[in-house]
Order: sequence, then C-alpha cells, then structure tokens
Amino acid sequence: MKKILSGNEAIARGAWEAGVLFASSYPGTPSSEILENVATYKEIKAEWATNEKDALMAAAGAALTGARAMASMKHVGVNVAADPFMTLAYTGVNGGLVLVTADDPELHSSQNEQDNRHYAKFAKVPMLEPSDSQEAKDFVKKAFEISEQFDTPVMLRTVTRISHSKTPVELEERKVPDRPVELKKEEAKYVMLPVYGRQRHKAIEERFLKLKEFAETFEENRLEMNDTSVGIITGGISYQYAKEVFPNASFLKLGMTWPLPGKMIGEFISKVDKVYVIEELDPFWEDNIKAMGYKIDAGKDKVPICGELSPTILAETFEPAYKVPGAVYSNPIPPRPPNMCPGCPHRAVFHVLKKNKLFVHGDIGCYTLGALPPLKSLDSCICMGASIGVTEGATQVLGEEALGKMVCVIGDSTFLHSGITPLLNMAFNKSNATVIILDNWITAMTGAQEHPGTGYTVRGEEAFCVDYAELAKVLGVKPENIRRVDPYNIEELDKVVKEEVNKNETSVIITKDAPCVLLRRAIASFNKPLVVDQDACTGCRQCVEIGCPAISWDVSKAGEYTTAEGKTKKRKGTAVIDATLCTGCGLCYQVCKFGTIKGESDEVPFGLKLNRYRPTDAAAAKS
Amino acid sequence: MENNITNILVAGVGGQGVILASDLMADTFLEAGYDSKKSEVHGMAQRGGSVSSHVRFGKKVDSPIIKMGEVDYLFMTEKLETLRWLSYCNPDTVFLIDPLEIYPPAVNLGTMEYPDDVEATLKDNYKNVHFIKATEIAAGLGNARAGNVVLLGTLSKLLDIDEDVWMKCILARLPQKLHDLNKKAFTEGRKAI
Repeated sequence: MKKILSGNEAIARGAWEAGVLFASSYPGTPSSEILENVATYKEIKAEWATNEKDALMAAAGAALTGARAMASMKHVGVNVAADPFMTLAYTGVNGGLVLVTADDPELHSSQNEQDNRHYAKFAKVPMLEPSDSQEAKDFVKKAFEISEQFDTPVMLRTVTRISHSKTPVELEERKVPDRPVELKKEEAKYVMLPVYGRQRHKAIEERFLKLKEFAETFEENRLEMNDTSVGIITGGISYQYAKEVFPNASFLKLGMTWPLPGKMIGEFISKVDKVYVIEELDPFWEDNIKAMGYKIDAGKDKVPICGELSPTILAETFEPAYKVPGAVYSNPIPPRPPNMCPGCPHRAVFHVLKKNKLFVHGDIGCYTLGALPPLKSLDSCICMGASIGVTEGATQVLGEEALGKMVCVIGDSTFLHSGITPLLNMAFNKSNATVIILDNWITAMTGAQEHPGTGYTVRGEEAFCVDYAELAKVLGVKPENIRRVDPYNIEELDKVVKEEVNKNETSVIITKDAPCVLLRRAIASFNKPLVVDQDACTGCRQCVEIGCPAISWDVSKAGEYTTAEGKTKKRKGTAVIDATLCTGCGLCYQVCKFGTIKGESDEVPFGLKLNRYRPTDAAAAKS
Repeated sequence: MENNITNILVAGVGGQGVILASDLMADTFLEAGYDSKKSEVHGMAQRGGSVSSHVRFGKKVDSPIIKMGEVDYLFMTEKLETLRWLSYCNPDTVFLIDPLEIYPPAVNLGTMEYPDDVEATLKDNYKNVHFIKATEIAAGLGNARAGNVVLLGTLSKLLDIDEDVWMKCILARLPQKLHDLNKKAFTEGRKAI
C-alpha cells in the first residue's frame, strides 16, 4: 500500500518496520513529529526525554541490551547529546542504535544552521541521508542493519525539507530481528577506562576502513549515467533540486554521506567531462573529494553556503537563461512574523520587564518572540539553558552593579532540559541573579509536547509532575527568594520583579496559573471579549504597544472628539479589539489608564478560566 | 513521454488551514494516480505568521519545492499575503484569492498600512486573477473556518480530477461531525468560478 507521508512520519514508520523496541527524543523543529508518530505504534516503548543527551543515553542503554533503539533530535540537540555520542562510537552497540539528526538549513525555526554531517566524520560513524520520504523509511531500516553489522551507532540526517515534505511511501510489515534482549557483561567493550578505550580506538579505526569498503558497494550510493558532459555528485534533498535543474545530466547519488566511496567517486569523475558537487550548507563532500586529489568544476565557489538550496538557486547558478520574475509590486509589504498569541501568558511579563528597563537574558521557546517589536525586551538568546548560565557569569563580574538591572527568562520545558544545573551553579556561587521561569505547562513552541512538568507522558498516561518551587529550594535558592506570581496581574508582577531583582541573592520567580492558551486541556474557557469605548478612547496607544494580535490601531476616528466631561480633545486614532481573537485575558484592560477598555460586567477578570489538573496548581489555587 | 508537472502554491496566515488544504491536495493527487510531493515549513506557523506550502503533481516529481516563476495555481487564503509570492508566478499563473484581510502586527500598530492596491496590481499584471470570497461563503454555511475547503472546491473545478476523488480524500482526513459542512463548502467552492 502507498501512502503520502512526511519524512518524519516515514522515519517513525521505518523504525516500526525495523522492529525498534525503544525510541526517545526531545522535541525540536523539524524533528518533533518523529517521536510523536513513533508513539502511535504500540510495539515501541516511546518517551519524551528531558533533553537530547538523556534521549541518546536511554537509546544507548536499550541498544546495549540487544534491542533496536532510536534517538531523534534537531541538529542543535546533537550538541547536547555529543558527550555520550562521541564515546558510543567507541563502545559500539549490540542491538542497532540510530541517531536521527534533523537539520534546519535556513534557520526556519532554530538558532543556527550548523551542518551535522561533520558529526559523522568527527565521531567516525556512518551517516545516511534520504532524499524523500520513501528513502527516509528505507534508510532507517538500512541504518539499523549497518549499525548491527559494523557494531556502531549510525546517524540518519534529514533537513527541514525532508522532515516536513510529504511524498509517497510504500508501506511494509514489521520485522523484529531475532536477537536476545538481555544483560550481558562485556566490560572491555563498554567500560571506557583508558585501558579499554585505547583498545576501542583501534577497533573503530579498523571499523572505519571496513565501512569505507562497504560504501563502495552500498546500493544507495548509485551511479545514474546519462549525458556525460556534466556529472553531478550530490545526495539528500540537494539531489532532488539538482534533478529538477539538470534532468539530463549524469549523477552520483550518495545515500551514504560518510564515509565516502572513494573508488566510486573516482570512477564517476573519470566518466564525465565536468564535475559539479551540489550540496546544502558546508563544502563537506567537496572538501573530502578534493582531499582525495580530484579536481571539481563547480562547488561552493558557485553554490551558496548560507541558507537552504532550492531549484531556483540552482537554476540561477547554472542556467544562464533562467531569471526570477521581476518584482511587479514595489511598495513595502507589511511583514507577518510569528507573534505571541492573544491571551499569551508571556506578554505581560515582557511588558513589565520593558517598563522596568531590565536587561533580559532569554532562552529558547515562544518567549524568544519577546525580542520582536513592540515588546522588544530580550537582549540575548543563545541555546537551551543559556539564559541562566550567562546571567550567572554576568552577575559575578557586575556584582552589586547588576542589582535592579538584569533578569533572565526561561520556559518550563527549557528549564527542565538545561536550566537546573546552571541554577544550582548560581545558588552555589552566590550569584545575585533573578530567574523567571515562565511555566506554561507544556513544550509550546514545538506544538505541545509533554515533559516532566506537564503531568503526562507522550502516550497521555499520568506521570510525576515536578514542583518548580520545591526544585529551586533543593538547588539552594532560599525559600524567601522563591516567588510564585500571576503573570496576568501587572501590578503584582511589577512588584515581585522589582523586589527580587534588587535582592543581593539568587531569586526564582515562577509564573502560576498561566498555561499556554493553545493547551486545550488546561483552558476551561476564555473570558468574554473586551471592547474599547470608541467615543472615549484617547488614542494613547498604551494597549496597542503590548502587541496583542487582537488589538489594532484605527485611524478612521482620528481628529476631534468629545470626552465624557464634554471637553473637546484631539486624538490620532483609536484602538479596536477584534472580538473573534480576544480571549478576555484582561491585560489591555490593566494598561488602559483612562478606563475605556471594558468587559461585559464591571469586574474584568485577569487571566483565563483553568482546569488545574497538576497537583502543584491545584494546591496553589487552594492556598 | 512528456512529464507535465502542475505546481500549486498554497499560502496564507497561521491558523487558516493552509497546511490542511495542501495535505488534502497531495492526498487527492496520489489517489488520482499521480506522483505527488508537498513541502512546507511549520515550526512557528501556529503563531499567526505567514505560512506557505508547495504542492506538485505529475507523472514523476523530483523537487518538493517549486521553482520561482513556475507556479500554475496560486491558492491564497488571505489577500495581502499574495504579494509575497509574486516572484513564484508568471503571466499565466491562475490566482485564486480569498479577499479576506488579516492585519499583520505592523498594521495593527499603525506603523504601516494594509495595502489597498492588491487587486489593481494583480489585474494589471496577470490575466487569470479570481477573487473567491471563501471565508464569507463558509461563514454563510455556518463556519468561517471551512474557507480553505471552499477554495479547494474552486481549485478542483480547474483541475482534471474527478470530484468524487476529491471528496473521498477530504472526508478521509476530517472528523465525521465536519463532513456535512465540508461537503457543502467544497460544492459551493466549485460554483464560485
């Protein structure tokens, strides 16, 4: 049966067909849907790990018992998992172990566009790269076979345009390999003491030579001989773009990115007049092919390193006749960046941080959008957990100078991923920093995935739920410096932030009762939409400046207007609330100094009506 | 044999069902016996940003992404978003546009104006421009969110694929309670051109 699947769905299907027993992952675009889809197969024990290192270690543990296991993550997640990964290359596996890296050329939703092919070379492990969903599924199965045949972890690399493209896939049945799952002692292979590690280094060098031989006959490295005036060495998504632009050329399609089939490359180069190496991001193949002593006619001298490739870019590079159609519209087009949702619990926090002119170290999540206008109140964002880590260092050199001036913000999932140890470091080293944990009950940015603070597992089973205040306490933050605050209440938020940033000790502020507005199980109901009294609005723009998508600026009522007291005044426009978008969160009501934003009744609630299913929220609501 | 590929670019604003519309297209083209590929970027789509999805079908499709200048059908669920995709179009491109206006942040903030010359620009430069009040039609049927399926109905009228194949694929992806609404939305969309 043929079905149209995304690359991520196909990888999950491939894992199921390959007989995988265990899969772990931490969500990150464009990889998240792999584990979400794996979790739909009941034969695979699937879990969201706390972070990518935990995911890979868990998968390794499963593989060492003899099971086939997979860890999937986005490209930067591999940095987090790199520590176990580099040494797993030494220990090898037992059951197959596949690490899926979903790279994000063009940084559609990432902080960098690193090329993870380098990791395969760095760790001396094989890497496969599919060029569509069919290959994504097939290559997962081949990756497991290679992993077991050569006793090595295998990397499978996708990019956004593989993970998030859908192409037809032929579905097959599941086959679990006949391999015992058991505990078998083999300390010389798995205990990486120097004495054993030295031996294993020799073993991986021998393995690497065998893998190079294997690459020469691996069926997914293939010659497609056609017109020999141009020969193209490519693979992955670049292969599809190149086929589009060079339908008649000869191709060496690399299904295995590393190690490279040197003899095959030499044979191909000898058969064609000109050699083009077409690859996205770094000159990875190009440099390695040149190092073999071959000359190429086009590579990164013509094809850009930055950003993703496309048929358009290749046509512009190689087809003199091709031209991108000229612009027919010359006026500026208002941009439409992603934005915090109407009713988002992060919005008021940034409003308050901006009002207090604080320097804000940020982190990875929806709240990174606090950097965009009109809130514009984020001053750094590097990697998962960096907000706390860099703030610690800054407080150490600024000392009391930092008081009242700096704060860091981190989401719940990001805090559990990489924020716990830097907070411990803060408390241990007596930093006077203030950490705001924006607890919205879910991993929001990647589309609502569970973590140890949500109360549920990936399969929706109830699970242990962390209490951030208790955790901060055991990490060494003094109880009086741990505050829970309602982030929909601007006055309370402002007071608590001012108090804590001025303390000469480590402080933690945790937002309470503020789940992601898209988290349906947590929101019992929105409130009635608010309205701006169009006769009374002074046009001060305070509510417009909080950047809520439900509020817009209307110039049609600009000019003279009469106040309730009968005075004639002038205004530049009025604010208007879109009733279909407004959640009635009460934020604009609080920033309006003139009382012109009104609810259905006199009392306008702050925040939304909730289902408090987490023990900590239920307890907080009672107290 | 000639490999005629049809290129459809679907675009609009996060939350409008752009991705779903493109999924339904890809399902239908596969069901109708074609090779079919689609590609989009999600990630930040949910938060009201610009969203687009490339859909291609034919005997054999290589790239999931369309080359600029080669879009056959531009399927737009919001008016001003059309302006972002003109470099993908050519004089023969068929435009199917919901004239719905959703204000981007800069317009909400009053720092930029919502362009008032979209219709004029398109009519001056392209010959197959159709404005289909998809959201308005869907709202008339009881749910404005079915606007994407109204527009899908309109597109289906222009492609040589049996109406039943479309309907089968649309209903297969939607929950039972939405079947009646979407059948009507699709049918109204076919009448709209």
